[in-house]
Amino acid sequence: MALQKVLFGDNQFFGVNHMSEEKARAQSMKFRDTESIMNVLDSAYDAGIKVFMCTTHDGVGPIADIVRENPEKYPDFEFYPCMPYAHKYANSVGEVGIVETLKRFSPSGILDTMFTGAMSVLTQDPNKLMKLLVDAEMKRFKGVKTPVIFLQNVVTDLILGLKGQNFLKEFDTYVREKYNAEAGFITMNLPLLLEALDEQGVENPIVCANINKIGFRMCGGIEKYKEVIASSNARVVSMSVFASGAIPPKEAIEWACGVEGLDSIVFGASSKENIIKSKSLIDSEWGIS
Amino acid sequence: MIKVAMIGIGKMGVSHFALLSAHPDVEVVAVCDSATFLTSAVSKQMNVQTFKDPKKMFKEVELDAVVISTPNSTHYELAKLALNSDIHVFMEKPLCLSPQESKDLSDIAIERNLVNQVGYHNRFIGTFQETKHLVRSGAIGEIYHVEGTAYGQVVIRPKTGKTWRSKKSEGGGCLHDYACHVVDLMNFIFDQPLKVKSAQLQSIFSENIEDAVFASFDYDSGATGYIEANWSDQSYRKMSTTIKVYGKKGKIIVDRQEMRVYLAPGEKHEDLQEGWTSKYITELQKPVNFYLRGEEYSAQLDQFVDLIQGKEGDIETSFLTASITDSVIDMIAQKGAI
Repeated sequence: MALQKVLFGDNQFFGVNHMSEEKARAQSMKFRDTESIMNVLDSAYDAGIKVFMCTTHDGVGPIADIVRENPEKYPDFEFYPCMPYAHKYANSVGEVGIVETLKRFSPSGILDTMFTGAMSVLTQDPNKLMKLLVDAEMKRFKGVKTPVIFLQNVVTDLILGLKGQNFLKEFDTYVREKYNAEAGFITMNLPLLLEALDEQGVENPIVCANINKIGFRMCGGIEKYKEVIASSNARVVSMSVFASGAIPPKEAIEWACGVEGLDSIVFGASSKENIIKSKSLIDSEWGIS
Repeated sequence: MIKVAMIGIGKMGVSHFALLSAHPDVEVVAVCDSATFLTSAVSKQMNVQTFKDPKKMFKEVELDAVVISTPNSTHYELAKLALNSDIHVFMEKPLCLSPQESKDLSDIAIERNLVNQVGYHNRFIGTFQETKHLVRSGAIGEIYHVEGTAYGQVVIRPKTGKTWRSKKSEGGGCLHDYACHVVDLMNFIFDQPLKVKSAQLQSIFSENIEDAVFASFDYDSGATGYIEANWSDQSYRKMSTTIKVYGKKGKIIVDRQEMRVYLAPGEKHEDLQEGWTSKYITELQKPVNFYLRGEEYSAQLDQFVDLIQGKEGDIETSFLTASITDSVIDMIAQKGAI
């Protein structure tokens, strides 16, 4: 499957801004309800961006509902879910511990009825646990298109650090079998990830990483990134192209589109005007008509 | 290769585990945790020895260093055990629940010439480092007030948890979990307070521990300080820490992403002009070799490893530094005792 060239991100909708808490707050007020989010998504869709790459945040559920219920309006709308929404789990682990957290977020009827003995058997098998949690996160996307399912960087990079590379392969296999989807991996350590996926025999992997002109959060450095993107057969999505606003849009997009071997760009925007501006910049750089 | 063991692989421990495993000069050779489901997952998945008893681990495994991320009440005994076995120690914050114990550990580490560090990771964030530099180099003139806040949503309903974080005796509570970061940052950027003038510890949802801390400080210089920490604030998606420094020639407002500096009319400092200037983490943070959750976590462990290898430099957050933070925490606890 060829990836779509331009993907729409979701940080602006859920109060995430890597530069400023104030901007994040302003955005979370603007996107208080699903309708205001849908308006922006409609602008993106109309501008030809058919993919919404989104965290499995609770707020995504109602959006999936709307897309599911209006197939004639959104015939080509695709979600690329990114899981897990880590803060939900991290805050909960701080509050009630690991085992209780797993019970709290597992699909109802499976883990919450389990007693501790059965729980510990399960937690010793990370792959089984992964499958349960993937199912829990995917529930809200039932009946909409999810051709790619991403693992968030906090998990991908934790696995990379712990050298649990086979887990990446397990995730890939599971989402293929169960959801007829391809796995994607978000990372802040792209060179290391590509090496790991290669070792595991994951061919043509889909990966997503910060790729920007100032080298922000590109572990290994810009040159190394350019080298591995050009030489690997991975399908590479660039995120944080604007480095949260540190690079002017035109300069940022010109640079990213010039990276040899880059397949797609994901960006977020809060207004129709900015969506059209960025989309047409990318289109003209990449010669998309 | 530096041989390291992990004691405690909960939320912070597993993150340190991953960062050290990714370090090219480190080999994680053993993991110790009281939760069998965690150690058996590790022993099944990885080529690492696992233990339940740290004493047994110290006896059986040859180690250069240990990373301790266990409930706060266990820190003292574990660190003492490690130091007395001539093992370098990285300890999750806070160092100890009693400042005297913290000082003891620092004395042992210094006497035995062992690298000792505490996980006050905010000191490795570019925006806070730059703020320290500006404050200490006089950019905003004489400091008359410092304010630090931390908010987040850890406890947001009547307590259902049974973990150590909900027990005062084990070092749970907002003071030792959230407020200590703010205290440490204020010490780092400006100075340690001379005394705690007032303090209130408030339970919001919890029964036996505080969920919020409010305290005011006096400094030796005559400056005043104020701290507010609240881990039951649902308006914050994740922990958010902000420091404001007020000087006679300007002020600085800083969090992990952004540093905003105001210089009074006619003032200049380095590349800063009068009025407001914003600088962002994208320009202030030094890159790291491996990233997980934030550059600061890698940077602090890199420093720990560098010093064990005998490279030049000072520990940013030594036991001695952390014992000062612990003594401020203790003053707040005493003043605010419910």
